[in-house]
Amino acid sequence: MKIDNSLPLEYSTEENRLKIFGFWIFLGAEIALFATLFATYFVLVDGTGNGPTGEHLFKLPTLMFQTIFLLTSSFTIGLGINAMRLGRQKATIGFFIITLILGLGFLGVEIYEFVEYVHEGATIQTSAFLSSLFTLLGTHGAHVTLGLFWGTFIVMQIKKRGMTPETTNKAFIFSLYWHFLDVVWIFIFSFVYLKGMM
Amino acid sequence: MDYFDRFAVPHPSPAIYASMVAIGLTMIAVVAGITYFKKWGYLWREWLTTVDHKRIGIMYILAALLMLFRGGVDALMMRAQTAIPDNGLLDGQHYNEVFTTHGVVMILFMAMPFIIGLMNIVTPLQIGARDVAFPRLNAVSFWLFFMGAMLFNISFVVGGSPDAGWTSYFPLASNDFSESVGSNYYAIAIQIAGIGTLLTGINFIVTILKMRAPGMNLMKMPMFTWSILITNFIIVFAFPVLTVALALMTMDRLFGTQFFTMANGGSDMLWANLFWVWGHPEVYIVILPAFGIYSEIISTFARRNLYGYNSMVISMVAISTLSFIVWAHHFYTMGHGAMVNGIFSITTMAIAVPTGVKIFNWLFTLWKGKIVFTVPMLYSLAFIPIFTLGGVTGVMLAMASADYQYHNTMFLVAHFHYVLIPGTVFAVLAGFTYWWPKMFGFMLSEKIGKWSFWFITIGFNVTFFPMFITGLDGQARRMYTYSESTGYGPLNMLSFVGAIGLAIGFALIVYNIYWSTRYASRNISNDPWDARSLEWATHTPIPEYNFAIVPTVDSTEAFWDSKKKGFKLFGGKVEKIHMPNNSGVPFIMSCIFFVWGFAMVFSMWIIAIIATIGIFACMIHRSFEKDHGRYISVEEIEETENKLRGAK
Repeated sequence: MKIDNSLPLEYSTEENRLKIFGFWIFLGAEIALFATLFATYFVLVDGTGNGPTGEHLFKLPTLMFQTIFLLTSSFTIGLGINAMRLGRQKATIGFFIITLILGLGFLGVEIYEFVEYVHEGATIQTSAFLSSLFTLLGTHGAHVTLGLFWGTFIVMQIKKRGMTPETTNKAFIFSLYWHFLDVVWIFIFSFVYLKGMM
Repeated sequence: MDYFDRFAVPHPSPAIYASMVAIGLTMIAVVAGITYFKKWGYLWREWLTTVDHKRIGIMYILAALLMLFRGGVDALMMRAQTAIPDNGLLDGQHYNEVFTTHGVVMILFMAMPFIIGLMNIVTPLQIGARDVAFPRLNAVSFWLFFMGAMLFNISFVVGGSPDAGWTSYFPLASNDFSESVGSNYYAIAIQIAGIGTLLTGINFIVTILKMRAPGMNLMKMPMFTWSILITNFIIVFAFPVLTVALALMTMDRLFGTQFFTMANGGSDMLWANLFWVWGHPEVYIVILPAFGIYSEIISTFARRNLYGYNSMVISMVAISTLSFIVWAHHFYTMGHGAMVNGIFSITTMAIAVPTGVKIFNWLFTLWKGKIVFTVPMLYSLAFIPIFTLGGVTGVMLAMASADYQYHNTMFLVAHFHYVLIPGTVFAVLAGFTYWWPKMFGFMLSEKIGKWSFWFITIGFNVTFFPMFITGLDGQARRMYTYSESTGYGPLNMLSFVGAIGLAIGFALIVYNIYWSTRYASRNISNDPWDARSLEWATHTPIPEYNFAIVPTVDSTEAFWDSKKKGFKLFGGKVEKIHMPNNSGVPFIMSCIFFVWGFAMVFSMWIIAIIATIGIFACMIHRSFEKDHGRYISVEEIEETENKLRGAK
């Protein structure tokens, strides 16, 4: 593989550049996927049947914790990539681990929230509104879960193999994915929770 | 329900039991044959694990041809059933399953894979690339499509086929009205194949945008490559919608969610909208590459450059944009207001404008051309008037108010077969014949090819033209029988006769492959058609690395210019070439996907969970694997090149 030293490691080979570009296009498809889920939610938001409404369910504290966890994690992964560009392996791994812990925190609160909903009689089968709510949140949550595993494997690889064009490439692509999840969350935060609580 | 009862066919008929026996015997014969000829190792090393875009393309086409015959048998059964009034060949339920699977198989498992197969083989060659951007992902795409198709195909012998039409409208497709597992098959098999298609879309966008030969800017790409680029953009933005729609359908059917229900706030119209937001662009996923194929073939055999290159590109972009904003024309009569119908009516008719531009460009290319009547050219020439007829009836259907008269009649069935068959089927047959020598190193027989062309073209018109008339007379589609007093009998009989003609035509294609494989001359040049684009600049058969030296391009028809104006395509020295290694993981992972899908269809949760873990294990394996591919040395390349040159 030809390595171009004028570029950051994650962009340094042809294969790496193709992978990053390919991942951007994949994110385009992900946007279409989440857009469809949002559209479904907006269509069904008033289809509450005999079940509870959003106003009844949504609580500010859990929402704030989730948002703080996820937004901070997006910041720390940015620091991780910055450390990676500076060639500091330990700092990179450290920031990645902090990111993953924050992600785990987000997921924990989300699971707690889902359990609460079910206790209040709001299950995925109750009404169309709840089906679409759980599906939208659940798809995002599943993405975060996948990200936790993915990130863990990347940390393991950086630790074992050091900062190679391959590992930095994987870490960079993972950071794109993680930022994307954050962006989706901002939409969920604004158009599902805040709109639902108003 | 008792465990084994679930796998039983809900409405057994002798035909289905006969198929079971036939499938069983064929599988035993295939396994025995491979074992007898000791081909397991060859099969595994050269095909099942391959990451070569040319071989993956050939496998796509092979699978698509098989599906063509499966869907074709469905079609024959339908035409046979309606050939005479009050016919009892198939019962109503069986007929529902047959037309549902016919639609799904032909669109998703025949037309699209056939096109993806051709694009796999041709696109990297046309842009002077050595491979696609992600060769291994390409193998994953193929195997996911293949396993999805196979899962869908076993539905009619294990548990029952989907019976709610290929559109699977709710509430018809809900548990209340479709009790068998058929619609589960629909939701899950298409999902698996759809993931494969999405990955193909990403792969080819990157390939075309990033791996073109030096000098080939976007406006110098061959028209087929342009059509593929646009198609893949449609795939990437349309398929996620299908993914979501099918996931919601799966949850409604398996987990009791309320998305498309009639109570608890659900909306059956949501399904119709989601389905067609994907479904309408899907039409253009199968038609735009066909336009690309025709553009290549018409300019090759009119011996002229393509007329109006820029307008061809612009019109394809326009068509692809419009394809996303016309979906509601599929359900004018399902109760949206005049305003909505009006808007969708106008956007639909607008598509006729860029399509018309393309038709005229092809006509102008033919004008003053020296036309050579080869088999691919015959298909292209037949396409123009037949497709225009299909397009004009499309504009008729686009008029919302008039559509109230003939929606859901045979008129619609005639219309979409008049666009899809000359549009896509003729195109893939033409492309298949045109690129065949590049794939296999010999030509298909022109004589047998012409026979099959005439059987198919005439058979097609005899089959589908009567449907325009019966449709306007009020014969509803999907109606499994009718009484004699309706007077539909004679024209339906005529359709059946035409269908037999079509079947003979397709059978002749198989005979042609058999005959040409045995008797056709192997002594052909690299460029047997005297063609114009880069895929003909390399050797036949194509070496693994496609081009020993990456070509340089300075016009839209660099290869033609190299022949006629002495433009130098290949400069510089041979260097070692980096190639990816074969891998069994894509195949294994897709097999696990098949198991996962089957377990999901029958709600066997433990197996489904184990399979899910297996799928992720394959991905983790990939993440940790160290596979940097290999290099082909200069000596090896020169040896191959000399051998291929000597073969001429």
